[in-house]
Amino acid sequence: MALSMIDLTTLEGKDTPGKVRQLCFKAQHLHDQTSDLPKVAAVCVYPSMVGIAKKALGDSGIKVASVSTAFPSGQAPFSVKKDDTLFALENGADEIDMVISRGRFLAGDYQFVFDEIAAIKELCTSARLKVIFETGELDSLDQVRKISDLAIAAGADFIKTSTGKIQPAATFPVVLTMLGAIKDHFDKTGQMIGMKPAGGISSSKLALQHLLLVKEVLGEAWLTNEWYRFGASSLANDLLLQYQKHLTGKYQSAAYFSID
Amino acid sequence: MSNTTWNLDPSLESTALVQIKPQYELFIDGKWQAPLSKTYFDSINPADETHLAKIAWANQADVDLAVRAARTAYTNVWSQLSGAERGKYLFRIARLMQEKARELAVLETLDGGKPIREARDVDVPLACNHFFYYAGWADKLLEAFPGQNPVALGVAGQITPWNFPLLMLAWKIAPALACGNTVVLKPAETTSLTALKFAEICQEAGLPPGVVNIVTGYGDTGAALVAHPDLDKIAFTGSTAVGKQIQKACIGTTKKLTLELGGKSANIILEDAPIDQAVEGVINAIFFNQGHVCCAGSRLFVQESIATQVLDKLKFRLQSIYVGNPLDKNTDIGAINSKKQLQTIERYIQLGLEEGAEIYQPTCELPSAGYYCKPTLFTDVAQSARIAQEEIFGPVLTIQTFRTIEEVVQKANNTPYGLAAGIWTDKGARIFGVSQQLQAGVVWANTYNKFDPASPFGGYKESGFGREGGLHGLRAYLKFPN
Repeated sequence: MALSMIDLTTLEGKDTPGKVRQLCFKAQHLHDQTSDLPKVAAVCVYPSMVGIAKKALGDSGIKVASVSTAFPSGQAPFSVKKDDTLFALENGADEIDMVISRGRFLAGDYQFVFDEIAAIKELCTSARLKVIFETGELDSLDQVRKISDLAIAAGADFIKTSTGKIQPAATFPVVLTMLGAIKDHFDKTGQMIGMKPAGGISSSKLALQHLLLVKEVLGEAWLTNEWYRFGASSLANDLLLQYQKHLTGKYQSAAYFSID
Repeated sequence: MSNTTWNLDPSLESTALVQIKPQYELFIDGKWQAPLSKTYFDSINPADETHLAKIAWANQADVDLAVRAARTAYTNVWSQLSGAERGKYLFRIARLMQEKARELAVLETLDGGKPIREARDVDVPLACNHFFYYAGWADKLLEAFPGQNPVALGVAGQITPWNFPLLMLAWKIAPALACGNTVVLKPAETTSLTALKFAEICQEAGLPPGVVNIVTGYGDTGAALVAHPDLDKIAFTGSTAVGKQIQKACIGTTKKLTLELGGKSANIILEDAPIDQAVEGVINAIFFNQGHVCCAGSRLFVQESIATQVLDKLKFRLQSIYVGNPLDKNTDIGAINSKKQLQTIERYIQLGLEEGAEIYQPTCELPSAGYYCKPTLFTDVAQSARIAQEEIFGPVLTIQTFRTIEEVVQKANNTPYGLAAGIWTDKGARIFGVSQQLQAGVVWANTYNKFDPASPFGGYKESGFGREGGLHGLRAYLKFPN
């Protein structure tokens, strides 16, 4: 289950078309030596790599998610963010992972942050919008709750903890606070919002604890990749390792699993 | 991927560490002595009704032997030692308890039915901390009460309840020994095993014989202890009904008395409270240790404007509570301590229905053997309803609403008890405003059931008198001749 919820991610300045193509192959062939493995949910890349990823994934059913709005800092004028998003969409991105303007949020300019999310949402006609808060920069859980409510109201389909570039990232208190906002919104409106913790979830054990949190706070309806994603690069291999242990009773060397 | 039903696998704590003897004698004068009464009673595991051990049932003659041993040890040994020497023994006991923490936790769970998670994370570490804490005071009594010349009382008779057997033992024995007293302790009949294990620890620590004596048995053993003429102090934790009998028995004697009795504590949620945390706090307040907590937050008061929201969240939260085998590390609510107590709780649930309150219980399956009770909420409860007035001592919560702070203070105080209370609000001023008006020994703000050896605990009104824990706890085991 956890494997199918992964957004397999590469977000580095040194990403090359070759690296992205490799990642896309991995996304479809996690470990062909093991049968009946699910595919990951999506591949998450920079806008410049969307076209390449789209082509590499073909009709595999795996989505292409693109970070946007001047990821990871969000420090660019809105016109640039808009073009950034449109470029990703034109290249075929199925999902947009936007970052909020943390500076404006911390300055108390909530209207600006709301409008920005709403405007990007408008561009995403068929794509699903994930809003990244970068909770490691937001100072307190009160702020996390505030931005969660704000992003949901502005039209986010998913709320996401972090870019993966800042620590701390998807800590349990932060994730629980965000799940609480999703739960309250659902209780009031009946509308489901997705959750994506990202950054630092690199082991199966952590993933399991996160899934339990979702199950107990939101319920089993959220336990699908439609409503829950892990933003992670190294989690997949640990899951594979643990699954092999489960099947064979023996731990394998990490060398048996391709790194990307 | 489609939805799956995804449940936790059992994760059972191993019992391999624990050795339970088939039969336990009385621990008197540092030795295991067969009871003069020649009678024994059975201790059973409330989680599956299996037999655990046979335990000696002390009569008056046995109690007399124990008190004599304690008196001799007090006169000849313990009162002759310096505070620093007494402290060394207490530190040694605390360390041994820590070393055996896992064993004590499993034993507590087997004997009493509480979830292993709580025994492991709360009961045992807190009990150890009490010994460490009071060990530190043993040589500082003069500094604790400057100019007051504190002196030990002599021999203390102590009676502990079945809800926190080892922890209550620690609350009683640690300050008593630190202050220079010797003790005769009678644990509750359903939960004697950790006290008997503690006796083994005293032996291992080389504690002089007679300083700690453990006499097991039912209420008649306790009554014989209370009535013994050669005691200087009685400390009791248990029901208000028995507490009253003990107080009567002590009238006209020189025995110093502390009582820690029942409660029907109010947990108050104001409209500006952080609701998710408050709901979690309510769960902890009433379902901790199956609700077998004298200070359990058994009466919930919610401000009207948020009542529906809080209730919906509470009901949702109840669905993810695991009721079952106490040895399972996932279990939140374990077994009710005894058949008798389960019957009492069930009688109150029936009474709640007859009184017209609306009941809510989650859909969970209970094990077929053993004593279990589903976590239960009652709404539409009248202030005059018996379920809102009387202590149930189980996982049963009554929920009432209120409009103004004045109203909730009045309702919260409208009880013969006064042990604890909780208040949930975002405003510091309200915390102080409300808590000053509440007649309760402890008021928790935005938390519940938090304990620390340095913090005194005790009640108002029919919840008892005297304080245990902290500097105040020393006072209960000292006299101040000039």
